[in-house]
Amino acid sequence: MSSKPERLIDEKGLRLDGRKPDELRPIKIEVGVLANADGSAYIEQGKNKILAAVYGPKELHPKHLALPDRMVLRCRYHMAPFSVQERKSPAPSRREIELSKVIREALEPAIFLEYYPRTATDVFIEVLQADGGTRCASITVASLALADAGIPMRDLVAACSVGKVDGTIVLDLMDVEDKVGEADLPLAYMPNLDAITLLQMDGNLTPEEFEKAVSLAIEGCKKIYNMQREALKARYVSVKEVEE
Amino acid sequence: MTSTTVVRLKQQQISQLISKGKRLDGRGLRDYREIRVEQGIIEKAEGSARVLLGKTEVMAGVKIEFGQPFPDTPNEGVLTVNAELVPLASPTFEPGPPDENAIELARVVDRGIRESNAIDLEKLCIEPGKKVLVLFVDIYVLNHDGNLIDASALAALAALINTKVFNYEVEGGEIKIKPGYTPLPINNHPVAVTLAKINDQLVVDPWLEEEQIMDARITITTDNQGNICAIQKGGGGYFTPKQVFEAIQIAREKAVEIRRKLGWSK
Repeated sequence: MSSKPERLIDEKGLRLDGRKPDELRPIKIEVGVLANADGSAYIEQGKNKILAAVYGPKELHPKHLALPDRMVLRCRYHMAPFSVQERKSPAPSRREIELSKVIREALEPAIFLEYYPRTATDVFIEVLQADGGTRCASITVASLALADAGIPMRDLVAACSVGKVDGTIVLDLMDVEDKVGEADLPLAYMPNLDAITLLQMDGNLTPEEFEKAVSLAIEGCKKIYNMQREALKARYVSVKEVEE
Repeated sequence: MTSTTVVRLKQQQISQLISKGKRLDGRGLRDYREIRVEQGIIEKAEGSARVLLGKTEVMAGVKIEFGQPFPDTPNEGVLTVNAELVPLASPTFEPGPPDENAIELARVVDRGIRESNAIDLEKLCIEPGKKVLVLFVDIYVLNHDGNLIDASALAALAALINTKVFNYEVEGGEIKIKPGYTPLPINNHPVAVTLAKINDQLVVDPWLEEEQIMDARITITTDNQGNICAIQKGGGGYFTPKQVFEAIQIAREKAVEIRRKLGWSK
């Protein structure tokens, strides 16, 4: 086990990796990375490396699970055994089952599910390397994979975590900050609809700190949202230029 | 079973009433159903409680064992929360290992207790890195009529308050159980308050038929100091930031009320 750092914010107000409290980690996004999937995307956010693939809409088996008025969205969040310091068993943990559920519920409000009754769409998320904030990065990348699959959406979903470390509200927690910090608050947001589609928290925050944290998270989501749009443009607009 | 047409009509009525600030069961939008708590109902468990929230009924039992601490917290005892959606509680529950709903329920209750430091886990350490007390909190849903999270959180806390730890002493590395019991020290009383969004309105403590038509729900757990220690949004809809802040305000007020009602505030 690595030893806990004594402080997470230095006298200059900078964090362990040199970031300011309201600064995101470097983010790299690529859309359309897997040949077999109907839609796919890849994200690197700090040391996080996550792949998402979408298969669907397709026929649902067994058929009795199909819904007469809408598509069923299924989601699997899974961490590779080598993605963390101590090997993680490949069997789905209770945490992964809960995260699969909340990620699905964060994506559902964005999709016009009623356009594809009696069908199913699968979202597969594989965390290849984890360094804190994987559920948020997963939502960010999965919503791009859905868009890449051509599934009609109200908006892209961008997600980002905030937290409290050494008494300061900071954006985009990395693993140490999440483990040692006083609070962790992942949030997913659709900017065009001003809609929060995922909100969880654990730790201890006063109502004032909570309001500050939510506004900071939304600011972070808006920045990520712009990067998502750029990634989509890079995939589809650049293809057009080649054709010309 | 009632026919689907009747169900649809009833759902429409519930939704329309809520937009007028009323509810089908006569409650106001901010009212809880009647809460009843009984403690010490299972003699063989170290702690137990049954909570009735309207017709929702949840039991919780605490068992204590000796065990090993987690490697990253060598000085702390272990708290484990599990939930079973027992098939006798609802026609929609099936036998088998916990599904995502049961797992989410257990984990939300767990976060409330853990993050509010309701139990001082360091006091459950016997020998750092080697021997600690392990607390198992098992939540047993007996009748499902909505808002299982709040009922389960109350049942779990009531069972922990009711818990007595057997006396023991350590002699040359061996643990010997002695006669008598000591109550488990409780430092905080986290209360989970769930609100459903129906027709763009927030309603407290949704019952089953409201849950079936809600867009989304949000559970906010606050501690004795009024600080927020856990949040969980659920369901396939969304909340605006304004609605979230409103929900926080309501949840804090409701938690104070519940603590007062149950004699948990000092």
